[in-house]
Amino acid sequence: MYRRWLWPGFALPGVVWLIVLFLVPFYTVLAVALGTVDPILFQAVPIWNPLEWNVGWLNEVIHRLGPGGNLTDVALRTLQYVAVAVGLSLLIGYPVAYYIARLAGRTKALLLILVIAPLWINYLMRMLAWVNLLAPDGYVNRVLTSTHILSEPRDWLGGRPSTVILALVYGYIPFLILPLFAALDRIDRSHLEAARDLGASRFRAFLHVTLPLSKFGILGGAVLIALPMFGDYYTPNIVSEAPTTSMIGNQIDFYFHGGPQPTIGAAITVVLSAFLTLIMGYYLWTIHKATREERTP
Amino acid sequence: MTSVAESPAAPRLSTWSRFRGWLGNPWGRPRFLAAFTWLYVVWSIVPVLIAVQFSFNATRSRTHWEGFSTRWYWGDPVDSVWHDPTLRNAMAQSLKLAVADVVIATPIGVLLAIGLARWHGRGSGSSNFLMLFPLVTPEIVMGVSLLLLFTEVFTFIGTGTTAQILGHVTFSISFVVVIVRGRLFSIGRQYEEAAADLGASPTSALTRVLLPLLMPAIVASAAVVFAISIDDFVISQWLSKGGETDTVPVKIYSATRAAPLPSTNAIATIMMVLTLASVTLGFLVWRAFTRGERRAGPSAAKDRGALEI
Repeated sequence: MYRRWLWPGFALPGVVWLIVLFLVPFYTVLAVALGTVDPILFQAVPIWNPLEWNVGWLNEVIHRLGPGGNLTDVALRTLQYVAVAVGLSLLIGYPVAYYIARLAGRTKALLLILVIAPLWINYLMRMLAWVNLLAPDGYVNRVLTSTHILSEPRDWLGGRPSTVILALVYGYIPFLILPLFAALDRIDRSHLEAARDLGASRFRAFLHVTLPLSKFGILGGAVLIALPMFGDYYTPNIVSEAPTTSMIGNQIDFYFHGGPQPTIGAAITVVLSAFLTLIMGYYLWTIHKATREERTP
Repeated sequence: MTSVAESPAAPRLSTWSRFRGWLGNPWGRPRFLAAFTWLYVVWSIVPVLIAVQFSFNATRSRTHWEGFSTRWYWGDPVDSVWHDPTLRNAMAQSLKLAVADVVIATPIGVLLAIGLARWHGRGSGSSNFLMLFPLVTPEIVMGVSLLLLFTEVFTFIGTGTTAQILGHVTFSISFVVVIVRGRLFSIGRQYEEAAADLGASPTSALTRVLLPLLMPAIVASAAVVFAISIDDFVISQWLSKGGETDTVPVKIYSATRAAPLPSTNAIATIMMVLTLASVTLGFLVWRAFTRGERRAGPSAAKDRGALEI
């Protein structure tokens, strides 16, 4: 008896903690999103019994996010920003991870530290740094005007989609480079040597050996940065603040902190979580499929 | 091509002949990639260094450098980090949350890691799954759900310091588990089994054999928890009740959106130094503890993997 309960007993405090402060809160979001609103006080009234759930608010939010609704633009913009930001991060991150994993030689450890360092620098500090640089009289405008690339300072922080996308790339790219590096570093070099011995050019060897072998690093890294980007609201707020660049996270933030309507905020959160679960599920499914194929050749 | 630079026997090229080689063919492999990588490093780090520089500016400007001063740290009698009560409060709040988080999350996480690694009965699979979830849940989803928990269910707690601590511990536990479990896998079960063969009970094998072996992972995870707690913005903001429960990242956020003074850069710099110091300390302790092991075997790679998460 003692031995049987020893190890579950070790796990118990942590498991209970996560049930009470992770699962129960999520159930609360469902109960609020599928609850009702007090007609007089406009307060959310959660419904705890799943049999009595009221899908009215959730339906309304889905309609507003769908074609023709007033949140359609925000939803499409979020998809577009995240897609472009993840794509750009891959274009920048892959060569960097590749160089560090394969070619850096003696500077490998140093480069790895320098690439990891931003992970331990506060995200908002890094955004603050860019707000300073992009200010109307900041370094970026001064360099661009003194070299006559721009005739007058540009208002980078005045609601430009490109600024928001670059800020997202800057903020999240270290999280992409690390798994990419791990995937590239793990590739057995003998595969490459075999390809080269068989007459493949460097480029073809990369295309047919390295790239396919690193595809799970690419997919994993892309999912890893896409998930938090979809829920981001502070980055657009800091570098633009214009409603023309607001993302789905800003809408959630607004319904809780702007004009409090927690029921709608909770309903958007439920829709967002469902969408992100799909992405996560797709990723896990591809990995599962690949490992099964590997086992049964 | 790179083998020339890597092999120690090859004659060292002088800087000049390397430069001439580069001039002759600047696009030859891996030079372009090397330049690209270093450019990336500069791009990712220099903006932060410039922000640090302006925390030492002599005037209120964050865009024009007008000489070195420490006025934004303690010199200015009104707006410096030391004299501005809201900034001082924010710093105290951040440290309070981080220390409480380390004290609560580390033991819970260590126990959970040991439990999950050793327990194979019913429920272990789903517990494992549950532990991984906070790592991939976007912070805003966690923020919304914890806010609703404290405003709709645990109304006697409400928002504020207690809620913030509970929230921080919730997202920290999984980090501790991941780090400690990496170490557990790399030390294996043989030491415990040897202790058991020599007559130790499971508990004494645990406290006298396993815990000392886990020490580096415990210290490292405490350092990581301290760092992620200090850096956290979303959970702190959603569970803050405003005023004195605003942490430093929350203050940086609101100040950046209003009209920031160099004191914002100063407090951000202080926090950055704290985080980097904590992580470096954790890493050094890890290395010092595991020095003898690294030469020994293949476990070294797994150890490092655990630190990088």
